[in-house]
Parts: sequence; C-alpha cells; structure tokens
Amino acid sequence: MNAAKVDKIVSEVLVGNKRYIARAISMLENESSQAAEIIKGLYPHCGRAHVIGITGPPGAGKSTMVGALVNQFRQSDKKCGIILIDPSSPFTGGAILGDRIRMPEHTTDKGVFIRSMGTRGSLGGLALATRDTVKVLDAAGYDLIIIETVGIGQAETDIVQTADTVVVVSVPGLGDHIQTLKAGVMEIADIFAVNKADTDGASKTVRELKLMIELSNYPAAERPPVIPVSSLKNEGIDKLAGSILELHSQALESGRFEKRRKEQLAIELNEIIRWQLIKRINSKISQHELDVSINELYLHQITPHETAHNILKSLLKGDE
Amino acid sequence: MEKIRILIAKPGLDGHDRGAKVVARALRDAGMEVIYTGLRQTPEQIVEAAIQEDVDFIGLSCLSGAHNNLFPRVINLLKEQNAADIKVFGGGVIPQSDIPFLKESGIVEIFGPGTSTEVTVSFIKQLYDERS
Repeated sequence: MNAAKVDKIVSEVLVGNKRYIARAISMLENESSQAAEIIKGLYPHCGRAHVIGITGPPGAGKSTMVGALVNQFRQSDKKCGIILIDPSSPFTGGAILGDRIRMPEHTTDKGVFIRSMGTRGSLGGLALATRDTVKVLDAAGYDLIIIETVGIGQAETDIVQTADTVVVVSVPGLGDHIQTLKAGVMEIADIFAVNKADTDGASKTVRELKLMIELSNYPAAERPPVIPVSSLKNEGIDKLAGSILELHSQALESGRFEKRRKEQLAIELNEIIRWQLIKRINSKISQHELDVSINELYLHQITPHETAHNILKSLLKGDE
Repeated sequence: MEKIRILIAKPGLDGHDRGAKVVARALRDAGMEVIYTGLRQTPEQIVEAAIQEDVDFIGLSCLSGAHNNLFPRVINLLKEQNAADIKVFGGGVIPQSDIPFLKESGIVEIFGPGTSTEVTVSFIKQLYDERS
C-alpha cells in the first residue's frame, strides 16, 4: 500500500499537481517513513532549477522584495517556487508564518507555488527540510526556486549551502562601515541589495558596501554588485532580477555553478551521514549505558572524546 | 514529527484583524504552525493558500456581516478542489441566528466574541486527534 502511495505522490508531483506537491513537502518536513522513497522517485528529475536565496535582517523587506521579484520573473513566464521560512518557538515549537501576507497577488497564479516553513529547531537561517523541499519544487518543474531565510543576524549562513545565487538584503541605518567588515553573512553575498533605497542614508549604505567589496580580495569577476532597490515602489527590481539571472548564466558558463553545487552536495552528504549515524547510535545505546557514561564524565574519570570513541568502536564492531 | 498547521484568514472587506491575531498567537503558543495571510482575502486566495500550505484547518474571521456569503463559498471551493478534508472554523461578529446555517453548510464551529482561546485550542486539538 505504501509503495503505491509513494508512486502516486511522485507521479502527481512530476506533473505539477499542487495538492500533492504540498503533501510531499509536509511528509518531508515531518520526517515521514516514506520521505526517502519520495526523494528517490523525484531525484532523477531534479537539477534544472535555479535556486535563489534572499537573506537579511528582520524587517529589511525580504518578503516584499520576493513578491516584487516574482512579479518581474513572471513577466518572462518563468515558473516560480517560493519557500518562506520563519522561526519556530524554542519553547512550544509553534510558529507564526507571516511572509505570504506580502505577496497575496501571487497566491492564485498558476505558475507560482508558495510554501511557508517553520525552522523547527534549525539555527542556520533555514528549516531542516529546506533542501528536500527544493528537490520537490525542482522536480515539479519550477524554473526558479526562491528561498527567503528567517530574519538573520551575523552568522546564519546556511543559505549559501543551498542556493546558487545569494542576495543579501541590507537597509540604511543598521550601523557604520565596521559592520560591513565582519565575517559571516557579509561574505556570502553574490549580490547586495540595499532595500528602502528611497529613505535617508541609503546612498551611504551603498557606498560603505562598495568600499568593503573593494577592500576584500574577490576575484574581479566575482565582485558582488551593490544594487539599490525600493521593493515597495518597485524601483530597481528589474535591475536586481536581471543581475540574478545574469550571474547565474555566467556561473553556468564559467564552471562556478558546478563547483558550488558539488561543494553543496559534499556538505549535504556529510550531514545526512552524520544524522543517520546519530539516529543509529541513539537506537543502539540504552539510556542506562548513557547515564553511566555521563556520570563517569561528570566525575572526570574519562574524557568526552574517549567516551565517544568507545561508543563508536562498539557500534562499528556490532555491525560486522 | 507532525505539527498541526492552520491558516488564519480574513475574507472580505473589513479591516480589523486584532481578533485574528489574538487567535493566531494563541495557536502558536499551543505549538501549532499558523500561516497568517492577512486582510481582504478572496475565498479563492484562501483556499489556494490552504492547499499549497497543506494545512489541517482554516480559521476565518469576519466582522463585516458577509459571513453567510463568504464562509460557505470557502467550503464549496474546498470541495471543488477535492480538499474537503481541510476543516473550517469561524469567528468574528456573527449573530447566533446565523450559526445553524453556517454549520449546516460545513463550518465545524463558530467562536464568537468572548470565547476563551483555550476553548478554541482544545477544540482544534480534539478534532485533529479524531481525524488521525
């Protein structure tokens, strides 16, 4: 029965049935026992979409920008899959997913699919199931997949491991040029968009970002452009959209796309192995054994590294 | 792990969403994922968003008096889209005398002014458990 169900889901996703796309994403989010089979069915059909990441601080206007960009992309009839991520409560696991509110006009567009996700404990700016959701939308035939991260601070950089093109959204008034020199988010941009460019201080923000880029040692061809935008007034959006598509075709030509995708796959593989190992270890160690080990650690009789080594050793022996 | 997903929407033309926000917040605090789509939504937009978000419930808030029109329209669109498994509840300013008609048309419950959010939360949790 399960096999038939997975087959049905896969075939309906492949023809773009939104009800099944939505259901497949839920099953991946919920870590359903059929998740791996669904991915297996979809994976051969993946790899065509251009994945775009939009990241930046809360209130920078990311959602409004996504809405405006989709308007622009739809004019050239590109199908858009949108993943909007908001934080889950660390206390209750609940979430208010409120990014759709900025793009109501796209809800009933046949060429657009919008999905909101809670982070469910993930800390890097994305939801745990983001990568697999990209696979579903890719297989379903969306040309562009736009991921909006949670509102971020300085260190949430997971988007660079998932997107082909990362747009870091900045706004005037968030600090002086020292902020632009810091490591982390400032390093992951393929493009800087300065939103709310119709407000005071925008030209200063643009100038400071450009100065930072000059001081960095980007290869000349990879210097991120800095594009002033007003998403609300739809100014500069055409330029931003054009720049996103152009950078992608350059990356395809230069081999940068393939290099980055391979780096991302190495990270993804590593994470899956780690995740599965941890699940297996947890299923094999009894709570009692764990309690004994933790007590030994507490009494400083053994180091955490030695304990981990011993657990792994006995686990690998058990597999032989 | 499964989570209850709910779309909270305001169909029609009234501009007051304080009640909808209070309910959304209470559902969030009860551990649910709440998709809030904001003011002035058409029934078509609400149903399409509910399908893409794969929600278990839709909560409709209406203060304009057009509930007898808008709520059954949402139910009918869900049926047309083969999505009648998504259950719809309502709230807002709705006269007692309209409630039997709304329930008959498929709304599972109406929560009027003064309803404690705990009542809404436990109603939803119970309905969810019965379904699964």
